[in-house]
Amino acid sequence: MSDNALTDRPQVTGPPSAGPSLARRRLPRWTPALVVLVSVGLGVGGGSLAGWESRVQQGLIAALLSVIVTYALTSLVEDSRQARDKVATSVVWVCFAAAVVPLVSLAWTTVSRGAELLDGYFLSHSMGGMTNIEEGGGVYHAFLGTVEQVGLATLMAAPVGLLTAVYLVEYGRGRLAQAVTFFVDVMTGIPSIVAGLFVLAFWNLGLGFGPSGFAGSMALAILMMPVVVRSTEEMLKLVPNELREASLALGVPKWRTVLKVVLPTSMGGIATGVMLAVARIAGETAPVMLLVFGNPLINPNPFSGAQESLPLYVWNQYKLGNAASIDRAWAGALTLIAFVMLLNLLARGIARWKAPKGAGR
Amino acid sequence: MDLSHTSPAPTAPPPTPPDSDPSAVKGRAVHPGDKIFRGLSRGSGITLLVIMAAIAAFLTYRASIALSANSANFLTAFEWNPQGDPPAFGIGILAFGTAVSSVIAMVIAVPVAVGIALFISHYAPRRIAAPLAYVIDLLAAVPSIIYGLWGALFLVPYLDGLTRWLDRFLGWTTLFEMSNPGSPARSIFTVGILLAIMILPIITNVCREVFLQAPKMYEEAALALGATRWEVIRMSVLPFGRSGIISASMLGLGRALGETMAVATVLSPGSVFTWHLLDPGSGTFAQNIAAKFNEADEFGRDALIASGLVLFVITLLVNGAARYIIARRKEYSGADA
Amino acid sequence: MSPGPAAPTPRAPAHAPSRTHPEKATDTMAKRIDVSGLTAFYGGHRAIDDISMSVEPRSVTAFIGPSGCGKSTLLRTLNRMHEVTPGGRVEGKVMLDHEDLYGTSVDPVAVRRTIGMVFQRPNPFPTMSIYDNVAAGLRLNGDFRKKELDGIVEKSLKGANLWNEVKDRLGKPGSGLSGGQQQRLCIARAIAVQPQVLLMDEPCSALDPISTLAIEDLIGELKSRFTIVIVTHNMQQAARVSDRTAFFNLSAVGRPGKLIEIDDTERIFSNPSVQATEDYISGRFG
Repeated sequence: MSDNALTDRPQVTGPPSAGPSLARRRLPRWTPALVVLVSVGLGVGGGSLAGWESRVQQGLIAALLSVIVTYALTSLVEDSRQARDKVATSVVWVCFAAAVVPLVSLAWTTVSRGAELLDGYFLSHSMGGMTNIEEGGGVYHAFLGTVEQVGLATLMAAPVGLLTAVYLVEYGRGRLAQAVTFFVDVMTGIPSIVAGLFVLAFWNLGLGFGPSGFAGSMALAILMMPVVVRSTEEMLKLVPNELREASLALGVPKWRTVLKVVLPTSMGGIATGVMLAVARIAGETAPVMLLVFGNPLINPNPFSGAQESLPLYVWNQYKLGNAASIDRAWAGALTLIAFVMLLNLLARGIARWKAPKGAGR
Repeated sequence: MDLSHTSPAPTAPPPTPPDSDPSAVKGRAVHPGDKIFRGLSRGSGITLLVIMAAIAAFLTYRASIALSANSANFLTAFEWNPQGDPPAFGIGILAFGTAVSSVIAMVIAVPVAVGIALFISHYAPRRIAAPLAYVIDLLAAVPSIIYGLWGALFLVPYLDGLTRWLDRFLGWTTLFEMSNPGSPARSIFTVGILLAIMILPIITNVCREVFLQAPKMYEEAALALGATRWEVIRMSVLPFGRSGIISASMLGLGRALGETMAVATVLSPGSVFTWHLLDPGSGTFAQNIAAKFNEADEFGRDALIASGLVLFVITLLVNGAARYIIARRKEYSGADA
Repeated sequence: MSPGPAAPTPRAPAHAPSRTHPEKATDTMAKRIDVSGLTAFYGGHRAIDDISMSVEPRSVTAFIGPSGCGKSTLLRTLNRMHEVTPGGRVEGKVMLDHEDLYGTSVDPVAVRRTIGMVFQRPNPFPTMSIYDNVAAGLRLNGDFRKKELDGIVEKSLKGANLWNEVKDRLGKPGSGLSGGQQQRLCIARAIAVQPQVLLMDEPCSALDPISTLAIEDLIGELKSRFTIVIVTHNMQQAARVSDRTAFFNLSAVGRPGKLIEIDDTERIFSNPSVQATEDYISGRFG
């Protein structure tokens, strides 16, 4: 099938008789570190000389410089391909640095500012009987509100979400399942404030109820449901079909197979998914602001009257805008972030702990 | 046990169970327990659909009440005065602010997120990569109010120098001209930067997963041809990741469009239209709802709901587009395997 | 029927293979490989231990041995692909003619360009056309004129015995070909950059018998131009295609693989000097 291609082959290309050397001139290994040092030095030094005091500018200049210097050096000493490669590397590192700086700053600011006020007193007191500019006060009422609202939302969203996932994985065929899958996706993208507006339109404006923790938890449940469905679905799909078949082959009815075999097998993963969803809604501010309204006093009843919640507390204290309230806003933010991170770590802990063998992660 | 690592199988997503098997049993004498359980789970699915329908219906109903009494052009008017006589409100400025802040956020966040994702998947030493991915996962869970607080109290003063500098050197572009240099950077530009920082973790996470899923066998093929690391990525990672990057960006865009608190804390809103992105002013759909809610009477709330309906429709379109792209990608890679 | 040589161009970039003295190139293209004291690790695990051997130019050397004996690992150390595996590390020397592949100033990218590789599973880039697949390696190495590139692509596809099957659909994606055609496309892609050595890692194990035969024929043709090293599980294949055969073994699972012996293929299959080789070849283990 081949013609004489092999005999008249080498006209096209061929290494020179000596063969190209495999070695090439390379920049020493410490070059990138040096380039970064010099660029940062130039960025900060030159920036402040020119009177650009903002570190943002100095950082941008340093980043730009390090990319340019890398390119220039590499294309001088090595070749253009290497230069492109090195530029890509330095751009990727710059992206990393550019992202890490604000995110670290965010974490650090919250922790350091929040820690100033966060103590046992802060956690155990409400804002009852205080004027806005007074120092002191606490977050207890807000924490209580958040726990109740998130708890109620979970009670509503978790069963519906879980059963929907069971429906999609175990029963769902045809157009209904397709529609549910599609709208779960759509629901994931609903802005939280729109969920809040919906409950406002339906519950408060439509049915005439006043603000309450429960109204907020309904909006939170709407935000939580699709997240629970998605994560549960993923977990159920990981359960090997052999398990189901083995159980069905023993004559166990399908519903008992699901309850006794499928769900227990994936319980760890499902719990993780629910916890992550809880963590996500615990930080939602917008719907709570519309529906729970805010209340400086302890209101333990989520079904009647305005409540406070952690994110709402942060927002309200920030809006007051005086020194004492800003301090409280930071402390509230730290409480909130600690609560959310705790839920996250717990969830991931469960995931690692209970991960079905072979599911990876 | 083969240590030779000769078969770099593509790391495929976990296989979904084939559609037919387990339920093949159904149809024969159905157990009463089965009937109830199936009904329950089906009912839950239907509940979800009902909720979605209810959202659309209630928002539309309340919005129609407001719109029927509106004396201004809802889509183009800049003012927001539903309490007036006659009521006049429009989303012109909100649409502008939402679009501009989201565009700024995307322009900054998408390239950086792709860079970080590549950093985690292909550049970082493994000891750094795994914890870093974990941390970024956690950052995606930080509540937006905290981004807002940080943005308002920390980022805004920090951006002062940058904005003045932009004004001095790029002021001639109008976009970066400041009417009042030195005023705090509570502008739509700062909002864009803050939104970029917020959506960065989400976009990064999706991109990282997509890049890690690019089959190793093609990376090896490129390497064996004598490609540098960047060339390997260009030849065998980015082509696989392209649709993933797009859909990740769309998800991020959906977040940015609907973000309330981070915008509400940072922006000092205004209802006068200006192309000066560094000036305070403008507004976004979600921020406007948060800001005007407390002072609004029932009709004012209906008006806010009308603007929320627009936001709802926009995010539906954006998310729908993202899902469509993801679905097409699945088809494509499925046909390819 | 070949369209004549592409003219050597003065504007070829310095690092692209220069196109001069075709006859000379024939003589010098294939190089010999001398491995000495080579040990490769996966993290803390020693995959192959202290291997010394030579691979003759313009011949086919087969690596055989039971699973886990490190033959594929050794192959991947020959073009520095081993070190891209996480935790991969190499000690010892691999000389290509007179140059140590692991020398300090040696660029792994240049090594891989000089020593091509064909993998177990055919892996043409699915997002590229057949033409672009073959041209992929060349495009990395500088800009070629369209005509030049056309010439090289055709040559390479002919060299891989694939030209007649694909010449009418060069613009179609490579993933549309059959498994055997895809593997020959991968060979065309590898030889398009004119490597000096061609490494093949069980190139036929994913193919049907007919395609396997086609590849084996091709290997026979290619050895006049390249130094070829092939890893195979199939002893008949080793006997059919190779001039020399190296047998590897490991003392126990989890222990490093060692070179037991290397000799002319005929000798290995008729009268090996080590008992273990004979046991393996006669099917008593492995």
